[in-house]
Amino acid sequence: MDKRYLDTEGLPFCKGCSHHLIARAADKALAKLGIDPLDVVIVTDIGCHGIIDKRFSTHTVHGLHGRSIALAMGISASLNDPRKKVLVFIGDGGTTIGINHLIGAAHRNIDMTVVVHNNMLYGMTGGQRSDLTPGAFRTRSPIEGFTEKPLDVLRIARDSGAAWACRIAAHGDISDAIVEAMRAPGFALLEVLEICPSYGVKENRELKVTEMEEKLGLPLEKHVNEHPATADVAPRAGVRSLLEGLAPIPVRHGHSLEGPLTIMISGSAGEGVQSAADIFVTAAISCGLEATKKSAYPVTVGVGFSTAVVTVSPARIEFTGVRKIDWALASSADGMQYLSKHIEGMGGGTVMADASNAPPATAAAVKSADFRGAVPPKEVNLLMLFTLLEMSGIFPPEAFADAIAGTKLGARIDPQRLIEAAKVIGSTIG
Amino acid sequence: MTEAQRTAETRTAGKVLIDGSMLIIEALARAGADVFVGYPITPANLLYSYGARRFPISLAAPDEISTLQWMSGYSAAGRIPVTATSFPGYALMVESINMAYMMELPMVIVLAQRLGPATGTATMGAQGDLLLMQGTLSGGYPLPTLCISGMEDCWTISAEAVRMAVRLRTPVVLLTSKDGVMTLRSFDASSLPPIEPVAHDLYAGEAPYRSYEPKDDLVPWYLPVGNGRHQVRLTASTHDRGGILQNATPEALGNTRRLPEKIERNIGEFAFYELDEQEDAKTLIVSYGITAPAAREAKDLVRERGGAVSLLVMKTLLPVPPAYWTIIERYRRIVIAEENLQGSLRAVLFGQAPREDVAQVNAIGRFVTPEEIAGEVLGRG
Ligand SMILES: Cc1ncc(C[n+]2csc(CCOP(=O)(O)OP(=O)(O)O)c2C)c(N)n1
Ligand code: SF4
Repeated sequence: MDKRYLDTEGLPFCKGCSHHLIARAADKALAKLGIDPLDVVIVTDIGCHGIIDKRFSTHTVHGLHGRSIALAMGISASLNDPRKKVLVFIGDGGTTIGINHLIGAAHRNIDMTVVVHNNMLYGMTGGQRSDLTPGAFRTRSPIEGFTEKPLDVLRIARDSGAAWACRIAAHGDISDAIVEAMRAPGFALLEVLEICPSYGVKENRELKVTEMEEKLGLPLEKHVNEHPATADVAPRAGVRSLLEGLAPIPVRHGHSLEGPLTIMISGSAGEGVQSAADIFVTAAISCGLEATKKSAYPVTVGVGFSTAVVTVSPARIEFTGVRKIDWALASSADGMQYLSKHIEGMGGGTVMADASNAPPATAAAVKSADFRGAVPPKEVNLLMLFTLLEMSGIFPPEAFADAIAGTKLGARIDPQRLIEAAKVIGSTIG
Repeated sequence: MTEAQRTAETRTAGKVLIDGSMLIIEALARAGADVFVGYPITPANLLYSYGARRFPISLAAPDEISTLQWMSGYSAAGRIPVTATSFPGYALMVESINMAYMMELPMVIVLAQRLGPATGTATMGAQGDLLLMQGTLSGGYPLPTLCISGMEDCWTISAEAVRMAVRLRTPVVLLTSKDGVMTLRSFDASSLPPIEPVAHDLYAGEAPYRSYEPKDDLVPWYLPVGNGRHQVRLTASTHDRGGILQNATPEALGNTRRLPEKIERNIGEFAFYELDEQEDAKTLIVSYGITAPAAREAKDLVRERGGAVSLLVMKTLLPVPPAYWTIIERYRRIVIAEENLQGSLRAVLFGQAPREDVAQVNAIGRFVTPEEIAGEVLGRG
């Protein structure tokens, strides 16, 4: 097929630079594949090798230093079409700074061919060393020999899960290697060893590109993964609206609130503070109230305290900061520890505490009872909220019971028993 | 229960209990965004979990640079990607956002602010990142930044962020904060307006496509890479209209100049704000984001106490819509309320110079309260 992919007039590289050889080989490989130029996306990195894109008649994308593989990953996954080919040109510099992208794309076996132009230095910025520079390779930078053993990107790609990985020297016609890479099912990495005439030749006079394998200890080898694990990047059908599962809460009960009321309830992680508060808020909404709920807990969610701040109001709640705590409920020692500073600051309102933990001195009315003795630990927070309803009368406990029945707790918990227990406690402390 | 117990006045179809994150993700998806790329960070984790469920394509990136690069790839190939992060993640994205801006790739980045600097306090809200938005792009170019100031905004402003990104071919930041995305609230979801999905302005011409040839509105037509009709060239380096890297040629510099112009010229279409003016008011409260609810209550408090005050809640933050200056000019005194110490919005609007006519109400580690704002208005107003 006679398709022209590369305009070879005035290629932008220094005389003798092997980047020429790779560009021409890519052109030849695309012709051998007979692929339409518009079925090819060439993604280039920043570096000398990357300024070639303007000479290609394919789609071209020229991004940031080191990020071309990640950018290509998005393009390839989006196209998700084996007839479209994504070809990445990157240097040893870009490979170094963006090594996680190489690992990530190989790991997912994303369909693309990455050609690493390994001239063992940062050509565009003046010949400094990269992590791919072997100790025996000399550069102008004074940190010579800092890395004795270079990163072996070939093995990194192989071990990460690439379908295909191969190292060759920039010598002769390498188009067949590019063809093979582009035919590989998924992520293919071709590392090409080069010497940069401008910054690498004078410093390594005795080194020939054909001797790099032996002198620098970089084996020219190929790894083919017969069974690569490929990430599924196809769009999912049938995603559903998030609002679909949210049934509006019908208003079935009334309330007696004249203004906003804020409740802080704090207990131990794992004892259902958050779900009790969520259900309480749902119940408040079923009574025609507006409600907000925030939570606080340590980053390690499974230990220590768990706190919910609930505000219910007959009118729209705009500001959600806590102006004044009306009720502070501490269902355990963890809860009391967290609430102590808030309780100290209360100028009124009510503190309800399990009898095992005495609250600090406060201007609030303190109501202690043996909540933990009355029900299992996972029901203590529900019981305290039922007791609050019993004592305050802000809305009927039946609304809370209905809300519990509407959750999966409904199967395990008998709200009627909690209502009775709350009545008993309420009559002693109320 | 007492006899006095009243039956609720508003027997509506019923409210739902919902957080802002769910509304934001649903609105983004309905507006046409189809890819969610996520890297977890508090307080954006709810956005992440909803995004993972809601979008036809959702991916867990290994870091935030990958996130932005994957999104750019998806955007270049015709999709509309979204992510959600907080300052530490955003910091890693900065160079890639510059790339997406230069390549003119539509995408939305939801930034849920938390208390900094650095890792700061992950679980505490803040409004500390506005100046970072203003300084994200090298050259000081405007990065479109919209801000959510309430539950309704989670819906409407999120959808507008997608529309703006696609219409203007640009990354858009959607600014919010912990309380805006994590607090559960009773909410009447039946009142949400429908959202129309947006689509790219696709190039339909026969002549070769030039990726950065602008239309009259300065926005170039869009075509995805990989399409079979025309070659598409995208580049993050200074480039001509064809997308070919150029050093500072007049055409290439002209293209760079067009990038801010494209946004500034069209900002009127995306100037979103809430304005409550009172006759005879000499003072204007200006606020945004999580401080907006306190500002709304402060306005009511001042009026209840017999004072006169107006309120401007800015939802389009960057670039500053010219309409704001016209409003601000009508007042003798401006009170700016925001949850940071330095006064980021104040700096965006009025710079650093001290001014008699501009007062600030600030806080960190807690909300600015309505009483503080009202006190500032009444104290000297
Ligand atoms: C984030 C970032 N850091 C540094 C640079 C400067 N820079 C430009 S090209 C380059 C190295 C290029 O070396 P390599 O990738 O090996 O390509 P070559 O020039 O040798 O072809 C560097 C460090 C940059 N563009 N971006
Ligand atoms: S500096 Fe080196 S790598 Fe860059 S074009 Fe010249 S010879 Fe090639």
